[in-house]
Order: sequence, then C-alpha cells, then structure tokens
Amino acid sequence: MTKPTTAPPHRKKLMHTWPLLTPTVGVLLLWAFVPLAMTLWFSFQRYNLVDPTISGFAGFNNYKFLLESPAFLLSIVNELVLVGAVLIITLVLGVAFAVLFDQEFFGRSVARLLVIAPFFVMPTVAALIWKNLLMDPVNGVFAFVARSLGFTPIDWFTNYPMAGVVMIVAWEWVPFATLILLTAMQSLDRQQVEAAKMDGARGPQILRYVILPHLARPMTIVLMMETIYLLAVFAEIFVTTSGGPGNATTTLTYLIYLRALVSFDVGGAAAGGVLAVILANIVALFLVRTVARNVDL
Amino acid sequence: MCTLELRNLRKVYSNVEVIKGVDLTIKDREFVVFVGPSGCGKSTLLRMIAGLEEISGGDFMIDGVRVNDVPPDKRGLAMVFQSYALYPHMTVAENMAFALRLAGVPKPERDERVMVAAKTLQLDALLERKPANLSGGQRQRVAIGRAIVRQPKAFLFDEPLSNLDAALRVQTRIEIAKLHNDLKSTMIYVTHDQVEAMTLADRIVVFNAGKIEQVGTPLELYHNPANLFVAGFIGSPKMNLIAAEVRSSDGRTSVLTLEGGSLFSVPKALVPGQKLTIGLRPEHIAVVAEGGMAGRVEVVEHLGNETIAYASIGAAQPLTVKLPSDSDVRIGEMLHFASRGQTASLFDEAGSAIMSPSA
Repeated sequence: MTKPTTAPPHRKKLMHTWPLLTPTVGVLLLWAFVPLAMTLWFSFQRYNLVDPTISGFAGFNNYKFLLESPAFLLSIVNELVLVGAVLIITLVLGVAFAVLFDQEFFGRSVARLLVIAPFFVMPTVAALIWKNLLMDPVNGVFAFVARSLGFTPIDWFTNYPMAGVVMIVAWEWVPFATLILLTAMQSLDRQQVEAAKMDGARGPQILRYVILPHLARPMTIVLMMETIYLLAVFAEIFVTTSGGPGNATTTLTYLIYLRALVSFDVGGAAAGGVLAVILANIVALFLVRTVARNVDL
Repeated sequence: MCTLELRNLRKVYSNVEVIKGVDLTIKDREFVVFVGPSGCGKSTLLRMIAGLEEISGGDFMIDGVRVNDVPPDKRGLAMVFQSYALYPHMTVAENMAFALRLAGVPKPERDERVMVAAKTLQLDALLERKPANLSGGQRQRVAIGRAIVRQPKAFLFDEPLSNLDAALRVQTRIEIAKLHNDLKSTMIYVTHDQVEAMTLADRIVVFNAGKIEQVGTPLELYHNPANLFVAGFIGSPKMNLIAAEVRSSDGRTSVLTLEGGSLFSVPKALVPGQKLTIGLRPEHIAVVAEGGMAGRVEVVEHLGNETIAYASIGAAQPLTVKLPSDSDVRIGEMLHFASRGQTASLFDEAGSAIMSPSA
C-alpha cells in the first residue's frame, strides 16, 4: 500500500495551492491597493486640474484645509444620519415584512416577488421616479394625495431634503433586508413558536422572545452589508438634491465628488477619500464587535 | 384532578378528513399512549388536545368544561415536542422558567420551582448552560422540565424519544415511567413504537387512518386484538395471520383448513365453509414431532436470547416461529408446528375478531 516514492499528501497540497491563489490575490492587489496607494499619494500632493502650475508636495495641507472647513464636519454628520436612518428603517420594515410574508396567504409568492422588486431598480432610476413622479410638489402623487385630503403638499427636497433622500434609499434597501430576514424566518423551528404559545406567549411576546433572537444574526449581517453600500450612496443625492440645499445633504462621499469634479481639487478630494476610508474602518470596527457578540448565541 | 373527554372529535383539512370522529375518555392520573402508523392522525389529535390545531367538529372537555375555543396556554396542558423546541438563546433555567415569567410569577418563586424540577431531572448542574451545549438526552430532560415547572393538569408527549439513540431511548423511557409514578398526573403520549406503548401505557389507543381501532390495556391488546389491524400492529415479531376455511365443526371444536393445506383445530363452534383468518403469535407456536402444520425452514435468525425461524407452510406469508435460543433448527429442515395451548385468534372476513376461543 505505502510506496516510498509517493510524497506525503500534505506536502503535495502545499505545492499546488499558491499558483491557484495567485490570480485572485493579484487582481485584489491591483484593484484595491493600487488605487489606495494612489489616493494616499495624491492626498499629499498639490494637484488641481484647472491649474497645472500648482504642483509639488503639500505636506498635511490638504488634510488641514479639509478638516478646517465647516462643510467637512457637516458632511460626516450627514453621512451618519443617512446611514443610521436608513439602517433603522430597513431593519424595522425588514423584520415586519419578513414576519408578514412568512405567513400563509393567497398570492403569497406574487407578493414576495413584489416586495423584493425595488432591489432590481437601479439607484438613478429609483431616484428619478421618486423625485419626479412621487415627491414633486406640483405633479407628484404625494402632492396629489395631500391636496385631495386637504393638506398642503410638502416640498420634500426644499424643506426636508435629508428625509427625502433617506426615503428613497430606504425604499431601495428594504427589499434586501426583507429577503435576508425572510429566508431566516423560514429556518425558524415552528415547534419553538408552538412551545411559546403553550407557555402562554402572545403575538408581541413571541416576536420579542422567539423571533427576534432567532433573527439577531441575520439582522447583524444585513446591518453590515448595508453599511458598506450606504456609506457610498451617491446617485440618489446627485439626482435629487445635488447635496443641497446648501450643504444639507452633502455626505462625505458627495463632498469628495464636489472637491474632485466640481472644484477640480484632486489633492483635497484624495485627502477626503483617505478620511472616508478611516471613517468606514471605525464604523466597521463597531460592527464587527456587535457581530462577534451576536455570533456567540 | 384532570379528566379529558373527547366526544366525536373531527379534523378536516380542506375537504380531507384526517380525524374521523374520535370518542375517548382519559381518566385522572392515567397514562394513555396513542399508537399507530405514520399518518394515522395520532399527532394531529394530540395537537388538537393541546390547542395548536383547531377542532373541526365534536367537543373536547377538560374536567367537564368544553375547551374547544380556549387558547393553548389557558387549557393548563404542557407539551413535550419531538424536536424539544427549546429556546436556543435562553439558558436551561430561563427555558424552564419562561412560562412562569410570562404568567408574571415573581422571580424567587420562579427560581424555586425551576430548582425543584431541575433536581427531579438531575439538571441542577446544567441550569446556566444554553441548549446548544447539551446532549440530546439532556435537551430532552430540559423539555420535560419545562413542562413540569408549569404544574400542568396533564402532560402531552409528541414522540419524545424518536430523536434519541437506542440506548438512551430505553433509559429515558424508564425515566418517563418513573416520572409518571412520582407526579401522578395525567399523561398522553404519542408514539409509533409499540414497545414504548406497551411498556409505558396504562391504556393504549391504537389509531389507523384517523379512527380508533381499539382501546385497552397493553395485555388486552396483546391477548384479544379486536381486529386484524391491531393483531398485526401489536407484538413483535408480528402475529402470523393465515387465511383459513372451516372444514368441519362438531359443535365444540372446529377443524380449519389453512392456506397451504395444513389442518388446525380450534375449540369453537363455527359454520363449515366459513372463510376466516387465524392469528397465531410466533411465541405461541412450538415444534412438535408430527402432525400440526408442516413447513420447511427458510430463514433462521439467532438473536441470542431467542431464535426466530421462518418456515414456508404453503401460505402467502412464511410462518414466523419464536424458539428457545438453544434450538438447533437448520435452514431447509422440515418441521411440524403446533399451537401451544389454546391461543389462536380468529377474525372474520371483515377483519373483526370472532370472540377468541380462550375467552
């Protein structure tokens, strides 16, 4: 059985894995580290697209200029408000829809498809539809409903711009939360719910003591995935408010865009990018801690 | 005190009747086992008793009060589920105290009652563990503990041992029997395992296709099965059921021609020419020198404590015979079999028992 010529299997394995890994690692290096390195490099350069004579090493001036500008602090607050509000709305509605669409009712599969559908609409299109068809203060559906009920229509993007953006982004992300949580609901042991009923639990108590603990882990996953994407929300702001009125809806992401492609200040935008990476990492750190707590159920 | 009364109970799922009118009275402190093949409706009936399934027709009474529309927690019954259904994020103690917590029982009393139940079930060392860190048998005990803590009027068990391995099943079975003896409360136990039914029950209810086939003590069912279904279901190895025809009858005893040609006499007056089925338990058949049923041994199983032989007597099914373990029957051997004592059951063409000869 054992031939002395055959190499031990683990040694063979070691020899053969790294060539297989190389393409992935190489592509990752190209796609992630090269832009990051370039951003870091530009953030220490004086670099303006309008005036090529401005050049050379800038030291920390780009960072200093950014951190001292009032727009920067506001953009971080806006970013956190947007991400936080959308997360809360999507998780609450996601749990509600997951529980609701888990029930048996006529036309359930069609209803499930419809609740997932907004996820397939691209952000730009979603923002345009909401802006022009739904939230327009003159021609929008909301305005029509408000007027027919005797209320004054709300001019969302003038008076409540952040709420308007939050509504659109939340509408796009509720399907994602619903999808993940609905899948999780289907793995809930029905006998647990029945045991809780026998123990005297009614609807809200079953939700509190059986369903929510069961959904804790998928909820953290939704939280993490959404945060990654929400920190980069751009199209919805660009299409609806362009960061305004004033700076009311300028998030950090949008601020970087303004610096780079409106002011053409590549150095300042790169510094903003580096700060955004740091901010994202701080958020990620908190999230990973929450996940670590939840995973230990 | 807890008497459960089922009056013509029915369950209909979108035009399919799965429980076809069940009448049964379960006395206080009685251990009743519902047994039957998969899909016979025994679990559905238990869930109707628990209040987890709606009752489509008939009346269900607890201590004389109709409770058809009373929600599960108000019926005062506790259920042990097949999958245990423990709350995974709660510790053993929290699992057991959950019902009390919902009922608003103050914490000191809760802790005390949990402690008492935990001691009976030897769970006191595990109270702070989560279900994920328990073995199957321990989870089973927590599930039973959760039921005990509520001090219910009656316990409902839904196939509680089917997820345990064979050795643990026997041990837990003994524990449940002990528990019934200690708690002296009414218990209903659903299983498809006739050994569990025979060992645990005061009375067994045999179900088939949504109807009760027979109700009786384990020995009643064993000795006097009411029909072919019960005869085939209770007992292991299965009772031999052989088609037969009455050849002659002298008013006291009758001679039957069995399928395959053997003759068999029973101490009962029967009408010559009548077609019937004779039931012979494998343990009631002995090997004799000559006469009786002749058959060639086809398979021999040595189980250590006994030997099971299967012999072809010309009937559709081979004759199963239980022999002592030191019996030296060989495959291919021609043997003569006779019934020991007067222990044959007779069934008419509709499958109902003709009053057993020994009765």
